[in-house]
Amino acid sequence: MEKIVEVKNLELSFHTFAGEVKAIQGVNFEVYKGETLAIVGESGSGKSVTTKSIMRLLPKSSTEYKNGEILFGGKDLLKISEKEMQKVRGKDISMIFQDPMTSLNPTMTVGNQIMEPLLKHQKLSKSEARKKSIELLTLVGMPKPEMRMKQYPHQFSGGQRQRIVIAVALACNPKLLIADEPTTALDVTIQAQILELMKDLQKKIDTSIIFITHDLGVVANVADRVAVMYGGRIVEVGTVDEVFYNPQHPYTWGLLSSMPSLDATEEKLYAIPGTPPDLLDPPKGDAFALRSEYAMKIDMEQVPPLFKVSETHYAATWLLHPDAPQVDPPAAVIERMKRFPGSRYYTGNAGGVR
Amino acid sequence: MAKYITKRVIYMFLSLFLIASFTFVLMKLLPGSPLASASKLSVEQREVVYEKYGLNDPIPVQYVRYMGNLAKGDFGVSFQYKNADVTTLIVKKLKYSAILGAQALIFGTLIGIILGMIAALKQNTVWDYGSTIIAILGISIPSFVFAVLLQYVFAVWLEVLPVGLWEGWKSSILPSIALAMGPIAIAARFIRTEMIEVLSSDYILLAKAKGANWFEIAFKHAFRNALIPLITVLGPVAAGLLTGSLVVEQIFAIPGIGQQFVKSISSNDFAVIMGTTMFFSVFLIVIILIVDILYGVIDPRIRLSGGSK
Repeated sequence: MEKIVEVKNLELSFHTFAGEVKAIQGVNFEVYKGETLAIVGESGSGKSVTTKSIMRLLPKSSTEYKNGEILFGGKDLLKISEKEMQKVRGKDISMIFQDPMTSLNPTMTVGNQIMEPLLKHQKLSKSEARKKSIELLTLVGMPKPEMRMKQYPHQFSGGQRQRIVIAVALACNPKLLIADEPTTALDVTIQAQILELMKDLQKKIDTSIIFITHDLGVVANVADRVAVMYGGRIVEVGTVDEVFYNPQHPYTWGLLSSMPSLDATEEKLYAIPGTPPDLLDPPKGDAFALRSEYAMKIDMEQVPPLFKVSETHYAATWLLHPDAPQVDPPAAVIERMKRFPGSRYYTGNAGGVR
Repeated sequence: MAKYITKRVIYMFLSLFLIASFTFVLMKLLPGSPLASASKLSVEQREVVYEKYGLNDPIPVQYVRYMGNLAKGDFGVSFQYKNADVTTLIVKKLKYSAILGAQALIFGTLIGIILGMIAALKQNTVWDYGSTIIAILGISIPSFVFAVLLQYVFAVWLEVLPVGLWEGWKSSILPSIALAMGPIAIAARFIRTEMIEVLSSDYILLAKAKGANWFEIAFKHAFRNALIPLITVLGPVAAGLLTGSLVVEQIFAIPGIGQQFVKSISSNDFAVIMGTTMFFSVFLIVIILIVDILYGVIDPRIRLSGGSK
């Protein structure tokens, strides 16, 4: 399959008054044509920073790219000039942000905001751009697009504004769409609509999507593959089924166990103990070790490499080392693994994977 | 819109009525006489003069008479300028003050906006510090100090501009600059703070993500949003120019309305004091109305719709 973007060994730091924050510490992943890669993780795990670095949208004054490359269309996006980058942004790669209430310019008509990338990148005439914008608004399900073009963002609801932001993002048929928690600020029914819309549009224009979220329910709904981030690293990556039904990293176990479920018998909701690592002074070894009941001595000393579980499934935990002891994941996770052919708990009669 | 403006005009007349009444009462409470050397006149002579101008009537009668005339647009006659009509007097002097005020406001706001933009776009550089220093000086040093300073440097020392009086447009340059220092400082501070805030907002990030270059981001996306709070302070800034012009016109000996106002107060020239006060009030109220309308033009969220709609 064709790789749209490939992030290789990305290391990135922020320089703050308190010191150097090692936000990303060697991240590797790729996105294939037409697929949706979900990046999950808690706040501060580096998921937004990773994607913003693909777009080079991080503040120049405080960001230092220490290592690595981001290959897109044969070019390393970290090496090209700002001018060249401006030609990539909005045309080949575009972005949807978290809060639709603040991501549109309040003093510019919606029409002008959708037309902007069309006029800039596709060199359309004003009337062509207007026509295309009306088509885009129709595409994202906005009724009366001609009339809506002349209105300002405050005349739209949150869900409608996110539709507009999506229309802006899709204006130039980007090869890669980065969606940074696009449904987090919306209420649940609108969330479902926006997710459906995105899935629908992805099929229509055949774009790849990086979907950042901390909502595992959303991941299960939209993603083809999942990357789990923790403390500035990817700790587990695989297809949705592999990560949801055959998770290997204790952090992924924690995440899945803390997902509320309607048929849970236990009253108490599971929460991962402790707090995320301080990236000003990252812990030696596995960043999750201090919060993990499965931590071994080596976890405190050496960063685990990504161990291969299958062709598509990798996890960075010493538990996968041949010399590691066999441990049992939490009960809720074992329940999930029973349904996954190939996992060591597979029972074969539980209905299989979705 | 029409309904809104009508409503505002009605309010305007109401405020003017209150201002007129208040000033009238205050003036009548002032001791002293409009006669230049009252003590040299005999009691009878004084009585004749007072009778002629209706100053012997009870104050309520004088008030009703004055307000009646005012409603007809008659501001009365000046005592100190040999019965000159106050309206004619003000209009004659107005020209100079209007030129000074308008130049100071336009020049001051424009320079202030430019300084503020530079400071915000080149944050924490020499440019930023430079414009901050200018802004602090402009806010902390009163305009009359600048006036004297400018007079000394450009008129006495370099001898390129007239030191005072009105000898054509050239004479307006120094007083306008002196008056503009306040607006420059205020506009620069407001634009800088607001631009920095706007530039860190989500929609600017989205504009960047669309591929906009820095020029488009600064001027197409950020500028209009950063202007909104500046518009708010333009009213008070214009008011500040009025009071500033009182002193600056004195320093440059410009025969403007400010100088005239000061003179009329020291000589108890009731009609001129009232007339000038009323004129200043109308001016301010109109400016505030214009500012409110401008708001809607710049910010679609505050578009003025008819009344309570």
